[in-house]
Amino acid sequence: MNDMSSEGYVTEDGRKIGGTLMEMKNITLRFGGVKAITDISFDIREGEIRAIIGPNGAGKSSMLNVISGFYVPQEGEVWYKGARRPQMRPYEVAQQGIARTFQNIALFEGMTVLDNVMTGRLNHMKTGLLSQAIWKGKAEAEEVANREKVEKVIDFLEIQAIRKTPVGRLPYGLKKRVELARALAAEPSILLLDEPMAGMNVEEKEDMSRFILDVNDEFGTTICLIEHDMGVVMDLSDRVVVMDYGKKIGDGTPDEVRSNQAVIDAYLGVSHD
Amino acid sequence: MSVPALLQRNSEKFGSKAAYREKEFGIWQQWSWAETEKEIEALALGFINLGVNEGDFIAIIGRNRPYFYWAMVAAQAAGAIPVPLYQDASAEEMAFVLDHCGARYVVCEDQEQVDKVIDIQDDLHQFEHMIYIDPRGLRKYDHHALHRFVDIQEQGRAAYYELIEDLKERREKLTYDSTCVMLYTSGTTGKPKGVVLSNRNIVESAKNASTFDKLTEKDEILAYLPMGWVGDFIFSVGQAYWAGFCTNCPESADTMMTDLREIGPTYYFAPPRVFETQLTSVMIRMEDAGKMKKWMFDKAMGLAKRVGPAILDGKPVGLVDRLKYKLGDLFIYGPLKNTLGFSRVRVGYTAGEAIGPEIFEFYRSLGINLKQLYGQTEATVFITVQPDGEVRADTVGIPAPDVEIKIEDNGEIFYRSPGTFVEYYKNPESTASTKDPEGWVATGDAGFFETDSGHLRIIDRAKDVGKMESGAMFAPKFVENKLKFYPDILEAVLFGNGKDKCMAFINIDLTAVGNWAERNNIAYSSYQELAQHPRVLDTIQSHVEVVNESVAQDAMLSGCQVHRFVILHKELDADDGEMTRTRKVRRVIVEDKFSDIIDALYDGSSEVSTVTEVTYEDGRKGSISATLQIRDAKVQPAQTQKVAAE
Repeated sequence: MNDMSSEGYVTEDGRKIGGTLMEMKNITLRFGGVKAITDISFDIREGEIRAIIGPNGAGKSSMLNVISGFYVPQEGEVWYKGARRPQMRPYEVAQQGIARTFQNIALFEGMTVLDNVMTGRLNHMKTGLLSQAIWKGKAEAEEVANREKVEKVIDFLEIQAIRKTPVGRLPYGLKKRVELARALAAEPSILLLDEPMAGMNVEEKEDMSRFILDVNDEFGTTICLIEHDMGVVMDLSDRVVVMDYGKKIGDGTPDEVRSNQAVIDAYLGVSHD
Repeated sequence: MSVPALLQRNSEKFGSKAAYREKEFGIWQQWSWAETEKEIEALALGFINLGVNEGDFIAIIGRNRPYFYWAMVAAQAAGAIPVPLYQDASAEEMAFVLDHCGARYVVCEDQEQVDKVIDIQDDLHQFEHMIYIDPRGLRKYDHHALHRFVDIQEQGRAAYYELIEDLKERREKLTYDSTCVMLYTSGTTGKPKGVVLSNRNIVESAKNASTFDKLTEKDEILAYLPMGWVGDFIFSVGQAYWAGFCTNCPESADTMMTDLREIGPTYYFAPPRVFETQLTSVMIRMEDAGKMKKWMFDKAMGLAKRVGPAILDGKPVGLVDRLKYKLGDLFIYGPLKNTLGFSRVRVGYTAGEAIGPEIFEFYRSLGINLKQLYGQTEATVFITVQPDGEVRADTVGIPAPDVEIKIEDNGEIFYRSPGTFVEYYKNPESTASTKDPEGWVATGDAGFFETDSGHLRIIDRAKDVGKMESGAMFAPKFVENKLKFYPDILEAVLFGNGKDKCMAFINIDLTAVGNWAERNNIAYSSYQELAQHPRVLDTIQSHVEVVNESVAQDAMLSGCQVHRFVILHKELDADDGEMTRTRKVRRVIVEDKFSDIIDALYDGSSEVSTVTEVTYEDGRKGSISATLQIRDAKVQPAQTQKVAAE
């Protein structure tokens, strides 16, 4: 389906997309007798914005959970950076450079925005619990270095004004942005976004789209996102995987997907006469 | 003498003392006067390297950041003229100004402004290069005529030996009469006008005002007001360079309040609206506070109201009250001032609009030396100021040092001062009609001097003062200000020139009324719905009636009582052209746009349906339709002239 060579390609707006970073091979995921994902294969290339779309219950979030290690598929393989990934716990996946946000925000409500974003740096901190408690020498230097990275992210996402605000007091749209900040602070190779724009108004969606594009553009971060809103997805992504009832029904550029009959049927329904 | 010359002086005199601070990445970054001089020199050399000629105009578009202040002074040093613009101006307004001054160079902040200028560049005949500060999102742009700020400085440093003589020569050519800056007035009517201010205007005004308030290099200010406004230029450049104090720039527009608290400026300026917003937020938070705290607050504020201003003015106050006030300061006023960021304010000013007496007294009673001044761009700000110890809410003070004032028979105020502007750029007719050959400038405001105190009182814009059908004086601002002093009322517009009765438009303040609605369990889904809620209408009606009573006291203006009013379905907004960027109502436009509502007010109908076009922030247009209730307000019979013997 893709005629792009494995060495990558250049997008219309001049961004260079590299080779394959992650590949899903024939993934099947079952919960008891229910098949959430049936034999799905697709790849994510370095530097691209890859979207997974589909109607409710299509298995999008399950797919993301497979990538991030929350679910272990019964069949199929996940290849990452040219090697087959063994079965892993989610934190091990995170250590490999895969960060994510959640559909239903999962932040520490009682902590400030700054502290929440700092938790994103956890995998970059090397000093032990004891030295961090005493907070002298190495531990202190480490925190300062990490704080600097975090401040760059705060600046980037324009959340300076809420730096010291407890997350619980923030409105929904800002919480979503803080989640993105935390994921970004981890400096991931792949950023997984689970419905980053769900429940937002038009203005918040526009802001979030801008941030996603800027993250990809500035840091070259590979982004894999799930989204409901077709319009947003088509504008943002380089390539789109379409799922329906756990199966892949389309894969390609937004234009290809848009003209794919199976996709049109899944979204608009088919008349039965 | 020129601003670049003052920079040289400060670099030698104050060397390592802080000149600029900006919060970035959560930390206050600091530049000393010596470092500032180097930064500005590098930029000025970079400008010359880029081809800036003497007399060129360099437009500055951005929020208050050290880089923009440097760009302005660097432009001056290179013999060019800086033109700071309002960064939130619409593309159309910006295109007019940029083309009018024929700016060859634009210095702006980020992608948003770069995009804005690129959108309009076809209309700009002399525009050549753009310099930006924040490179985010701009990497893929065509960089033929687009440069990064730090790159220009780098090129300047690299070309130091070739260009330094040229720069020195240009700098030395600057005199007291060479142009220092050009500022566009927001223009309540018609197109903006470019006010040309010389080094004399800026330096003399800054010198006089600094002496008046005893400002020194130890003072601190927070620069947060629009850079296109003359006040920011005089405080953050004129006075900062004259006195050598430090200009602090907030991290972002949203963090201003936090930054204010962290910096604790000693010299502070804000339009009444800012003080109003802060007071409203204090009051709202006190409503939600515990009983004990609320009791302490009320008790302490009661005392402060009684003796605070007197203590501040150094007037005699009883010993017991003094001690009580000290106690209040320990528990309430001190912490409150700290929260507001006013702990160190030595001199505070408000101007631009009339400030509500209650708001003014609130800050003064806390011990904050808040004063009023009256000024305009054409005067390089200062016309009158209130000296310490002679501060009142209803006057604007005595003539500022070296300012002469005269009042014509029709009440219009004229002034002449070292700050009097040179001319309106490329507009000799307007220059001639505003400034006469002897240097007297018409302010367009009507007012009078109080005989006993010698303070000036402003009634209204001279052109807005009209006559009603009966021949009585119509001074809309007088009534509008009384209405606006209620926290519920954000804006009011009075109509009645040439008519038999006065009618009013009201805008409610969403923060205050929304909070009130929440506390009283009143559900609403939109601004419009809240505005038309019967209980909101009742409250506003009671305010209008109280204002009518007070207006009726004034024999000259009792005809201006509000007979009928309507609460508008949208806030008057600069984006829709209904207000200027400095938030002054554009009367003519409002009158024209809402003519159907005005007709309904006068024809006696009890409600009116209307459709209004609105412009969203991104420039798209939409419309709001609404049915508005019209209320009648009680008016008082006109007071007959009091017997003179009374």
